[in-house]
Amino acid sequence: MGITVNGTDVDLPDDPRVSLLDLLREKLHLSGTKKGCDQGACGACTVLVDGQRILSCLALAVQYEGRSVTTIEGVGADGALHPLQQAFIEHDGFQCGYCTPGQICSAIGMIEELRRGVPSHITGDLHATSIPYSRDELRERMSGNLCRCGAHNGIIDAIAETYRANPQPEAAE
Amino acid sequence: MMPFTYTQAADADAAVRLAGGQQAGARYLGGGTNLVDLIRETIERPTALVDVTGLSDGITETDGGGLLIGAAVRNTALAEHRLVRSRYPMLARAILAGASPQIRNMATVAGNILQRTRCAYFYDQAGSRCNKREPGQGCDAIDGFNRMHAILGASPSCVATHPSDMCVALAALDATVHLTGTQGERRLPFADLHRLPGDEPDRDTVLQPGDLITAVELPALPTAARSAYRKVRDRSSYAFALVSVAAALAVENGTVTDVRLALGGVAHKPWRASKAEQALRGQPATEAAFQAAAAAELAEATPLRDNAFKVELAQRVIVAVLGELAESGLAGDGA
Amino acid sequence: MSIVDKGKEAAQGIAQSVMKKAVELAPGALLPGGRPDPLIRRQHGHIGKPVSRVDGPLKVRGAAPFAAEIALDGMVYAALAYSTIAKGRIVTLDTGAAEAAPGVVLVMTHRNAPRLNPPPRFLSGDKAAAGDDSPVMQDDRVRWNGEPIALVLAETQEQADHARSLIRVTYAEEPAATSLPTADGCEVGTFMGEPLRAVVGDADAAFAAAPHKVEAVYTTPGHNHNALEPHGATLVWRGDELFIHDATQAVAHTAWSMAQIFDLEEAQVHVSSPFVGGGFGAKGLWQHQILAAAAARLAGRPVRIALSREGVYRIVGGRSPTEQRVALGADADGRLTAIIHRGVTPKTRHSPMPEPFILPTQSAYAAKTFALEVQTCYLDMVANTFMRAPGEAVGTVALECAMDELAEQLGMDPVELRILNEPEKDPLSGRPFSSRNIVAAYRAGAQRFGWERRNPVPRSRREGDWLVGMGCATATYPYHRMPGGAARITLDAAGHARIDVAAHEMGMGTATTHTQVAADRLGLPLEAVTVRYGDSSLPGVILAGGSQQTASVGLSVMMAHQELVGELLKLAGNDSPLAGLGADEVECADAGLRKLDEPGRFESYASILARSGRSELVVEGSAPMPLETMHWSMHSHGAMFCEVRVNAITGETRVSRFLGSFDCGRILNPKTAASQFRGGIIMGLGLALMEETQFDGRNGRIMNRNLSDYHLPVHLDVPEIEVIWTDIPDPHAPMGARGIGEIGITGTGAAVANAIHNATGRRVREFPITLDKLL
Repeated sequence: MGITVNGTDVDLPDDPRVSLLDLLREKLHLSGTKKGCDQGACGACTVLVDGQRILSCLALAVQYEGRSVTTIEGVGADGALHPLQQAFIEHDGFQCGYCTPGQICSAIGMIEELRRGVPSHITGDLHATSIPYSRDELRERMSGNLCRCGAHNGIIDAIAETYRANPQPEAAE
Repeated sequence: MMPFTYTQAADADAAVRLAGGQQAGARYLGGGTNLVDLIRETIERPTALVDVTGLSDGITETDGGGLLIGAAVRNTALAEHRLVRSRYPMLARAILAGASPQIRNMATVAGNILQRTRCAYFYDQAGSRCNKREPGQGCDAIDGFNRMHAILGASPSCVATHPSDMCVALAALDATVHLTGTQGERRLPFADLHRLPGDEPDRDTVLQPGDLITAVELPALPTAARSAYRKVRDRSSYAFALVSVAAALAVENGTVTDVRLALGGVAHKPWRASKAEQALRGQPATEAAFQAAAAAELAEATPLRDNAFKVELAQRVIVAVLGELAESGLAGDGA
Repeated sequence: MSIVDKGKEAAQGIAQSVMKKAVELAPGALLPGGRPDPLIRRQHGHIGKPVSRVDGPLKVRGAAPFAAEIALDGMVYAALAYSTIAKGRIVTLDTGAAEAAPGVVLVMTHRNAPRLNPPPRFLSGDKAAAGDDSPVMQDDRVRWNGEPIALVLAETQEQADHARSLIRVTYAEEPAATSLPTADGCEVGTFMGEPLRAVVGDADAAFAAAPHKVEAVYTTPGHNHNALEPHGATLVWRGDELFIHDATQAVAHTAWSMAQIFDLEEAQVHVSSPFVGGGFGAKGLWQHQILAAAAARLAGRPVRIALSREGVYRIVGGRSPTEQRVALGADADGRLTAIIHRGVTPKTRHSPMPEPFILPTQSAYAAKTFALEVQTCYLDMVANTFMRAPGEAVGTVALECAMDELAEQLGMDPVELRILNEPEKDPLSGRPFSSRNIVAAYRAGAQRFGWERRNPVPRSRREGDWLVGMGCATATYPYHRMPGGAARITLDAAGHARIDVAAHEMGMGTATTHTQVAADRLGLPLEAVTVRYGDSSLPGVILAGGSQQTASVGLSVMMAHQELVGELLKLAGNDSPLAGLGADEVECADAGLRKLDEPGRFESYASILARSGRSELVVEGSAPMPLETMHWSMHSHGAMFCEVRVNAITGETRVSRFLGSFDCGRILNPKTAASQFRGGIIMGLGLALMEETQFDGRNGRIMNRNLSDYHLPVHLDVPEIEVIWTDIPDPHAPMGARGIGEIGITGTGAAVANAIHNATGRRVREFPITLDKLL
């Protein structure tokens, strides 16, 4: 059994030391997923595994046998930009563009957590069944993704605009 | 990274067999959020990884009204669990204060417990001395950058802190750790799991080679239904604690009937503040009593060059958290 | 430093002062009597529109290729081993186990590295690019803690990393200078050939006599750039030509410098760098590109070198720490009588400059006397380098905090104190300002921010556990335009124009902005303009640094455009409605040329080219020497306003509001400009509250060499930041625009510190202002 990346089955690496990140970047040439620190401190390598956001740099690829991985290359449908990608452009939610794929994948995973009612560090009422899409909630939940160019405002604007208007789950891709 | 083999364990017994067969070179692998980094830094050099994320990831109620948490439960799953949120809010809050959402989605409960210190000198394999990494080598942290380091329970050989937030809550909640090892199954009070450094700082816990955490059990603890976790750090999110406080407080007629208090960021292990608890039980729930209790806990603090502020900070945060619990009606009524 | 080096520096200084005298008399496009850029007057073009980034779709899809992502056939991966002592000699270097490890292709050390010339130190020549001129793996000497001592090439990164860990080394350690008390000598620093020293009158006497005075020492720690993309390169030799996919702010400089190092002709080195994942001054030529090229040549294989985050800390320098003493004397009305700004900062013998923290003080305020000086002390450490607003970022921390302290002592509003001391001309050079509207920026910012609601009495506003306060500070960064600008315009028969320029995109929006500017200049729609950049084969020596790239590119395109108009008129000939017209009688509009005062006389580019039988027209223009800065004092300005909340129990600081009000000339693209301003401000918030490179003075080793221990602001630390601007064009700058890339980080640290003082009554002068300093 292998691993599914953006809908395509690929083989696991022979060397178990290969991280999911390096499998994507060096073996599959899917270099949209970025390496910013390779130690779980920046979020640039964020991908979705079965819809959950994780850090691919701390993931050994062999651990993800049988799982379905979505990278930035698999976020849009049929070559069209995902609405969040479009919103990032509109709101200038990036400058150099290096943290951007991680920010976008993280935001997509984050919204599912919000919809599921997962509380955050700053959520006032732990027992609430629905969490407000407030800027502070978005900011806390995106804090695992560093940006050095300082596009934070545009990133939060893009996420807020994309999902406030449409808080329901998207149709399955 | 040294070359290593990788095997997935179907269950706990298989995991112990696999790891035991590899002698000292085997390590259990959970979410990988700490171990993979340590291997990459060549601080951990396993020859075999035994993936134990296939162990139980269930959370079930025990007969006594507590919770049994499988070792492979991911941190996010534990924090979002309805019963954890309602019965042990300090635990949910502590987990949510740790790391980042991506890491919490990966990290397992057992992996969180067994994570190693983030002391920069421990991490500097090539260029710094560290008794935890290389016993007997010396400690470059004691006279170096030690803002993040211990003020309680340290030794001349190690001043590192345990970085977990979740564990601070587990310490306050009197959790029990379920273990499987080459000698069979056993249980250990969570408070006894992690060690103080003494002259063996390389040993973070009392676990023996091959020992595997299979579950963590939380006792029924009505006081904990109203509890809090306060973490103070150098930025507003995604940073290790300078000081953190997990607290639960029960007050009846103005008197403290029960209190659970643990500190993070101050010691080699999650620090159960037993002296403070003892000082507080039966006392009036007043700021003066909270001050005295905190001072009792911190009386033996021995700060280093960069971390003296932690003594004052811990004092203030303990008092503030207890005060909030007492004033806001969050203090459990024992029911 | 050798006597030869000193001689070179002195000669450079003399040469610059001679040039300065000569150019004061020379005319030029942006000089007195010259015609301001006609685009300044144009109101309804693409300039000033919030155009989204042209490379946005690529970047949000992760499809923009970065240097360490280019795949080459037969490529091997590099890993570096670094020294663990600050100074000494390598005694034994055992590479046997590494060489025998699986997949290893080469282990390179000083024993087998090819002989290389020293890297040309940045500022030592027009195209010198290296941040460090130490010999690169040429001998057994160790010059800093973290210097590369071996490089491994292997078939996979995992194999290279593992083999690297098997290298064993022993050293003969020598006493090293790793802290100021052990420094290997101190002297007055120099910057661009000039001493960092200025004296006007007797400032010490004036200060002693002043009825109002403040005097304090401010310290800032080292900082690291921490661009999210670690340094990396993928490179290959094809015959005697070297092709480098690099992450650099200086493609032309890098190509020339690599040629010097490897004894090649400049044309034999090709540097491509279309996307840079953040630079901030750090993405220049460091040892990794040189070592990788040397190893690639030895191994005969293409090489990818992707520095680990630790690797970036070990071999790429950061901003040096500073210790600055500021003394301000004022008369009874608050007018400054003395400005004293002196201090000390470490550098290495191999880095281009000391942190020039007095720069912002040179043009800030009117005063009768000045005494400014940077003492630099030599340490054995990784070469310090330029980091966003070198000088101004930390210099404004000291100066602008001191101004706040003076305002408090005078009982004056800090905004009014600054306005009162506004100079009419440059206080040191005496030159007129090209354009200075800082008062307008202050007034607009104060109104917008609600500055009048600030209670001048510290610690007077509390909301629950949170103490709330406001502070302000002045931001400033000079206009630069470096020599060497050039650009090529290719106009084709379909009326499409391509701009070729060796510029860089590391997030500033280079291609976007210059598409807008070129479209306006050529009278074309945006879709008809393409900007090609990021390659050393393109015209120009254009550094993405000093906030000068826009001016340099803009003027280069302007000069090429003049050529283009001349050529088009020649081609149009006598059959054209334009027949007989000179270049100054026509303008570009509607994809063609038309007579300025007779729009009916028009011919399209397509028509001109078609009639002349040309498929395309290629012209190149070069920017003249940057003489405008010899005639005017040219600076961007800003007024920064900050509101903080400080927890009275824990000392935690949260920035709740921030506003930057800027005066940077004309804003070409408000969308990308706002991002540049905000980006600088956010880096300034980091400087104020959390950023610090922990340099262990015992052994010269950086201890927080990762992104968990070196704290950058996270999303939750960043409030909504408002930015506004005067948009008043500078008549002496191309397009009327001064630089905007660095000014955001200036003033911000002081605005935060001043707000913290207003909130808490605590004056913290040791940065960053972590919570322990507020307990």
